Amino acid sequence: MLEAILISIATAATPLFLAAIGELVSERAGVLNLGVEGMMAMGAVTGFGIGLATGSPLIGALAAVIVGAVFSLLFAFLTLTLASNQVATGLALTLLGLGVSGQIGEAYVGQPGVRMGPVFLGLDPIFWFSLVLLVVVAWFLFHTKPGLKVRAVGDSHVSAHALGVPVIAIRYAAVAFGGACAGLAGAYLSLVYTPQWVEAMTAGRGWIALALVVFASWRPVRVLVGAWLFGAITIGQLQIQAMSLSTIAGFAAPLDSIVGALKSVPSQFLSSLPYLATVVVLVLISRNRRLALVNTPACLGQPFVPDR
Amino acid sequence: MLSVEGLTKRFGTLVANDAVDLVITPGEIHALLGENGAGKSTFVKMLFGSLRPDAGIIRWEGQPVSIHTPAEARALGIGMVFQHFSLFEALTAGENIALAFEGGGTGHGAIGQKAREVSETYGLPIDPDALVGELSVGERQRIEIVRCLMQDPKLIILDEPTSVLTPQEAEKLFETLERLKGEGRSVLYISHRLDEVRRLCDRATVLRHGKVVTHCTPSEETASSLAAMMVGEEVEGFSRTASSNHASARAVLRLNGLSLPAASPFAVPLKNVDLTVPAGMVIGIAGVAGNGQGELFEAVSGEVLQNDAGMVAIDGTDAGQMDIEGRRALGAAFVPEERLGHGAAPAMPLTDNLFLSRHGTDSGSFTGTLGNILKGKLKTVAAHISATMDVRKGAPDPHASALSGGNLQKFLVGRELDREPLLIVVNQPTWGVDAGAAARIRGALAEVARRGGAVLAISQDLDELFEIADAIAVMHHGRMSKPIPIEDATREKIGLLMGGADPDHTELDEVQI
Repeated sequence: MLEAILISIATAATPLFLAAIGELVSERAGVLNLGVEGMMAMGAVTGFGIGLATGSPLIGALAAVIVGAVFSLLFAFLTLTLASNQVATGLALTLLGLGVSGQIGEAYVGQPGVRMGPVFLGLDPIFWFSLVLLVVVAWFLFHTKPGLKVRAVGDSHVSAHALGVPVIAIRYAAVAFGGACAGLAGAYLSLVYTPQWVEAMTAGRGWIALALVVFASWRPVRVLVGAWLFGAITIGQLQIQAMSLSTIAGFAAPLDSIVGALKSVPSQFLSSLPYLATVVVLVLISRNRRLALVNTPACLGQPFVPDR
Repeated sequence: MLSVEGLTKRFGTLVANDAVDLVITPGEIHALLGENGAGKSTFVKMLFGSLRPDAGIIRWEGQPVSIHTPAEARALGIGMVFQHFSLFEALTAGENIALAFEGGGTGHGAIGQKAREVSETYGLPIDPDALVGELSVGERQRIEIVRCLMQDPKLIILDEPTSVLTPQEAEKLFETLERLKGEGRSVLYISHRLDEVRRLCDRATVLRHGKVVTHCTPSEETASSLAAMMVGEEVEGFSRTASSNHASARAVLRLNGLSLPAASPFAVPLKNVDLTVPAGMVIGIAGVAGNGQGELFEAVSGEVLQNDAGMVAIDGTDAGQMDIEGRRALGAAFVPEERLGHGAAPAMPLTDNLFLSRHGTDSGSFTGTLGNILKGKLKTVAAHISATMDVRKGAPDPHASALSGGNLQKFLVGRELDREPLLIVVNQPTWGVDAGAAARIRGALAEVARRGGAVLAISQDLDELFEIADAIAVMHHGRMSKPIPIEDATREKIGLLMGGADPDHTELDEVQI
């Protein structure tokens, strides 16, 4: 029972974490990409379609990574090369991604998809990969020279340019990494979480991922904590909503009354609980303002046009 | 070592550098002089590879070179100490240094160690693990210099290095420069401060409107002859009139134990600041940048309110809880340091900016009976201000952002003075303003005091304070010294206070006003 719950929590948390860790790298370089939801939707439909066509969920996931990255490069071209407004362009990317994925996916509606099964401890390969990714990203950002350059570009693009750090090139790379991660997060939804295609199946997870990055003060480990918390409460409230009084007949009477009290809470409130709790907890842990200021990319969202 | 011939750079129709020639020999400290906008920054950016020239030749050790990136400049042996634009506040000193080097290392290992060695060799103490955002401006400059020296440069470019230092810190810097010169390195030294250029530099190149006016030997010139070359005309010295008897003057602004917690980790808290600004006087506030002057201005102007209304009193009324508009209504006027964004809305015409700052205090004068804005009247007043302050503008009513820094500052000071305020508080009145405009602004401030008003002038420019102030107080780490009457003030005294000498335990003769 507990094992099953933990596995379902991990499965709910992984797409959020993947999308958020990619966005974190992009924002650390100073680029605010609000198109996460759209990139996830493109990844989801690509993963489902290619997985179905090849019969291999792995190839589907790889294709989603590539499509996510390519899709994000469209955003990068508009905001970095043409210096368009990042907020407006990101919103447009979300709408475009949702629309195009719905169009492509029309043929897949109702079809059973391929499923990526568990490989270790009941969990799928992408979950294990996401943990590796956390270590790699944290190490890259804070212990390597290229990672230092990413943070420098996000802190002050003018200074970075004056020192000869290639601002635009680094931002392109960071955005593409963010797109690749969002693509993988989308594929996770359509290959692992619910192996089928439904239009707009990302269901706002891209926006949750964006919020996670901010409330995690741009720290990789905190993104994981936030994603797990969100996953845990999502699963918890579903359990409570699903639980009938008969299944807990064997439990002690006090617990019985607690669950009874919880069941009397409107289901809409329970459904909103993951969002509320995640925001509250992450706000509490990001209260240290010195830490927050040091980690907040000072140039976030600002276009950079070098004078030549 | 370096010779430049006919270097030209155009931005649209503006010729920022017009056929600039310059020669630097080994072991020479060469000054580059010019007013703001004369093209000094453009020139050094081309030398350092941040900008590409449109025409001209740069020869390095006899060979023509084209420098496309700062990395190429560094590889040649050209190092640059920026003043404002190349440190990362959210990174440590070591990480900041590591970013200037190719290859691995993030500032915690070998590079940090080397930084410590270089800093010890040249007497420039730095801590590689300190967060830059929490360091003083002087400490930040040391990081810049150490980073530059670690590349073993043959030519070091210093952009306005002493504008943010105390006189004592500047002395240390001069020692370091003499030492570098002794090692056979050359220095290209950009400064506004003519006295230090005369003392330190072997030769000088003077730029005006992007063209070389002359090459000269600074030690054979006087400060005023150098200034005349930069400006192209004689700058009229500002003459002080004997200050009236102010013992009986009433206090127009009084700060009583003004304290304010720091608003952010990089801000400075104000600690128990006491100050009286009497009618008919100019009180100057000196201090190294970032010692609470900005916070003081925000507290006095009402951008930040005080907990206790009595902490700030304007003309006898407790104003600590009043907003900017309320304080203006008491007769105060404010000119903030940031002209665009605080002093003026950048994308709005001058008349709109005039209306925005005046409709609260002079409600009747710019609006009609239906609350409509009287555009004609605004234009008349704006034109009057422009004429009085000699604001030079391309269009009759340009956007604030279209004016140069000096012209916008003249307009903003004129806008506030047009109200004939009882008190004017101004932060960095002539920062980045050319000599002619600066003289006009200083004259206008002195005029306020002559009329019987009071002036509080916060400035990093000691020369300016010595010129206009009747007494100078010094801020250090959010505390303020007692004001020293100008007759008793010396550069040395003020410098010691700027460096943090305890005003209560030094030999300074403070005289309470």
